[in-house]
Amino acid sequence: MAGYKGSDIEDVDQFLKGDDLQSEREKTIGQHIGYRYDVNLVPDYDLITPFLQGYIEFMGWDDLNWLEDIHLGYDDGKPAVFDRNINGWIAIPDDMKLPDNQPERDMLAREILIKFQMSPDHPLVDLNKAYRSF
Amino acid sequence: MAGVTQDQDTIAEEMGMHTIPLRGRDIKTMFRVETEGGYGYPFAKDVDFNKRAEIDCEGKGCTFVNKRIRELMDEGHGTIVLKNPGAQHSLVVGILNRLNIIIDGSLGYFGCGLLDGPNVRISGRVGWSFGENMMAGTAIVEKNAGSTFGAALRGGDLVCRRSAGSRTGIDQKGGTIIVGGDTGAFSGFMMQRGRMVICGNAGKNLGDSMYDGTIYVGGEIQDLGVDAVQGDLTDADRAWLTRKLKMYELLPKKGVEHFTKIVAGKQLWNYDNLEPTEKKIIL
Repeated sequence: MAGYKGSDIEDVDQFLKGDDLQSEREKTIGQHIGYRYDVNLVPDYDLITPFLQGYIEFMGWDDLNWLEDIHLGYDDGKPAVFDRNINGWIAIPDDMKLPDNQPERDMLAREILIKFQMSPDHPLVDLNKAYRSF
Repeated sequence: MAGVTQDQDTIAEEMGMHTIPLRGRDIKTMFRVETEGGYGYPFAKDVDFNKRAEIDCEGKGCTFVNKRIRELMDEGHGTIVLKNPGAQHSLVVGILNRLNIIIDGSLGYFGCGLLDGPNVRISGRVGWSFGENMMAGTAIVEKNAGSTFGAALRGGDLVCRRSAGSRTGIDQKGGTIIVGGDTGAFSGFMMQRGRMVICGNAGKNLGDSMYDGTIYVGGEIQDLGVDAVQGDLTDADRAWLTRKLKMYELLPKKGVEHFTKIVAGKQLWNYDNLEPTEKKIIL
């Protein structure tokens, strides 16, 4: 699996283990830069979850659509998924057990992201009330 | 707040001003994954795909038509047919909902921009920047598309069954663009993420300055742009291409083995200059 700067990710937990600050920039800011996983990895549809299947059917799509671009990333040494609607990372709870392979982790990330985005507690709900003009 | 005295600092703080450190600008919000939510945004309209309505666009401007679409969604219509669109510009934009839209005719510039969820089918042609900044959903154009088809696409599937103009998928940030025919020069220019499939030929400078993402080309490539290089077509690529092209009835009879894969050469990568994480949500 390709990774940051084209390096190979041999261990799925590579970014979760130890103080793995690599570049000068990371050392300066004292944290990982999250975009270090393979953003080109295509989903394995055999691993799709019932929740995601329900979402696809609800939307009237034939596949994961935009969720094909969603992967479990690793930010600041913790598993996280990026939410484009808030331009921020959602950290996965510490007590949540991660699968031992990236394709299954990606499915988990997709499910968490949808649950978060569709929640009435999502920050977009307040932004929508305040600024939506049409 | 350099250059001010301690007293001034205190006064400023009492007035509500304070220094914000550049490091650690985290916004921590608590969220429980068990929180009840549906499959749509909390502010989305509750529509029924089986409830159908029509809008005759003849003699009406884009503002009227776009507003009318929202009114029909408020009434629960999940399938809306636009008749006589007359190649008007900026039709069907900013819809953040599940919805079926059928456009019986052609669109002008900036059609179907900023979509987040709908499924759109257009029987005619589309002008410049169709599907610009689309977030999610599907949009299928039965005939040709103009320049900058899918500009800054962020998600979803954008399909042109025939050919698209130059700079197709310029600044693409995600999602999938499929062109059944050829594309013009500078397609995939500054691509950052996502996938583009060109079943026919690609024009000059394909993938120029692409940062990431993947371009698959079924025909000839006139030439490659800066930092666009050929990659290896993997089994995962073949499976994905076959599934996706079959979904839109664009799978060539000879399969996908002949497709060329183009990726970023990574010579332009400069992730180290990215800002650190700005916001975090803690589940």
